[in-house]
Amino acid sequence: MKLPYAGAIDCDLHLPAPTIAQLLPHLDDFWRDQIINRAIDRMPFAMMSYPPNAPISQRADWRAAPAATALETVQTQALDAFGLSFAIANIIHGAVALHNDDMAAALCRAVNDWLRVEWLEREPRLRGSILIHPQDVSQAVAEVERLASDGRFVQVLMLAMGERPLGRREFFPIYAAAERHGLVIAVHAGSTYRYAPTIVGWPCYQFEDYVAQAQAFENQTVSLIAEGVFQRFPRLKFVFLESGVSWLPVTMWRTDKTWRGARPETPWVDRWPSEIIREHLRLTTQPFDAPDAAAVAATIARIGSDDMLLFSTDYPHWQFEADDVLPEGLSPATLRKTLIDNALATYPRLAQEAIGGAAAIEETIR
Amino acid sequence: MSRHVVCSADELPPGTRRTAFVDGREVALFNVDGRLHALLNRCPHGGARICNGVITGIAQSSGPGDYRLERDGEFLRCPWHGWEFELSTGQSWCDPGTTRLRNYDVKREAGETLVKGPYIAERYPVVVENDYIIIEL
Repeated sequence: MKLPYAGAIDCDLHLPAPTIAQLLPHLDDFWRDQIINRAIDRMPFAMMSYPPNAPISQRADWRAAPAATALETVQTQALDAFGLSFAIANIIHGAVALHNDDMAAALCRAVNDWLRVEWLEREPRLRGSILIHPQDVSQAVAEVERLASDGRFVQVLMLAMGERPLGRREFFPIYAAAERHGLVIAVHAGSTYRYAPTIVGWPCYQFEDYVAQAQAFENQTVSLIAEGVFQRFPRLKFVFLESGVSWLPVTMWRTDKTWRGARPETPWVDRWPSEIIREHLRLTTQPFDAPDAAAVAATIARIGSDDMLLFSTDYPHWQFEADDVLPEGLSPATLRKTLIDNALATYPRLAQEAIGGAAAIEETIR
Repeated sequence: MSRHVVCSADELPPGTRRTAFVDGREVALFNVDGRLHALLNRCPHGGARICNGVITGIAQSSGPGDYRLERDGEFLRCPWHGWEFELSTGQSWCDPGTTRLRNYDVKREAGETLVKGPYIAERYPVVVENDYIIIEL
């Protein structure tokens, strides 16, 4: 269905990933020299989860009719077209798949600074995600700390498939930093391809890869619960971006069921996993893998809460036609929560902004 | 409410367990260090005979990586799916509000008292010199 009114908060909007040429001004002398003189600037750094010419990567009509500049294109096709009050921009960049931790960290810093300078400072409706390379936790934490004073960054961005499950304690310093600064941990579909993106081995086709993303989100959900991430970080929220949503109720039920018997193995899990999931996990609405209004309503009923859904366009990914950006079957009350209220309850930094509070945007980023 | 003699005290010494049929129901009897427990021998989840479960403590934690086994001997783990029940109440640890093992009052009494009182010694000969395990249904 179409958006019933303006003012929605889009929690998953993609900006065109920067070329290496665009990142060069945001790299220091050493890395600029390395990138240019090793010809690394000829590498596309496109994540293979989203090949540029795959239909899913960009809707055909948005591909065909760009405005004069990239900013104007996003304004026309997304921000204005959907009447968004805020849109959280996620840049999926190949830097996070590099094995060289220092080069990865340098490129992540450059992507984040490019986002800040080229987008956040030019378009007040945009909010940013801090891209990190989580395999080097200390540099990832340093990047969160570097940008935390800029209230326009509202979350930390990780991929659904990295080297290790996201509940592992090695990532706790990242979560501690996020919780400390009122940032959310966003997990977007995608893989660094350290391992096969399906548990049964390497698939042949991008089609398989895309379907398998939902299983990665299931695995991450169970990891976050079993490892006690939310016992350690009770104010932290995770937002799953582009997960598909309808896998969740089955995972919740199976996790609850198994917890009853396996509870002593992870004694810090001190209440039903489904309760923890409902409190700490959020899911964006594109794509919503359900065929019709009845299936959407049934999915929400089985989740047992309408607090978990966050509106997203997933622009410019081809998830819907024309302006039918919402799944069918949302009641008016659920719609209001999905479009606005749930995002304000999830993102402390958006809530501060919305109440005219102290989300002061500092200009002191080093 | 009726009271039943289910066995002699000698037949349920500390560290042992046994079952008894009372009014057509199978009851699991446990003696854990002298503390007696009587529970319906049927898990409310899948119907397992809980007399075959492990008696242990409850794993507790203050956070990821912290493990403590507390209240050793106060909990039963069902042999089929590992659901944990508090022996003294029959309550499920995970779901105390809606899931519990039916438990019964149980005590040890002298045969001398029993031959005088309103007890039902169901197929069980009571002699004055012995002690017996009594449950209330």
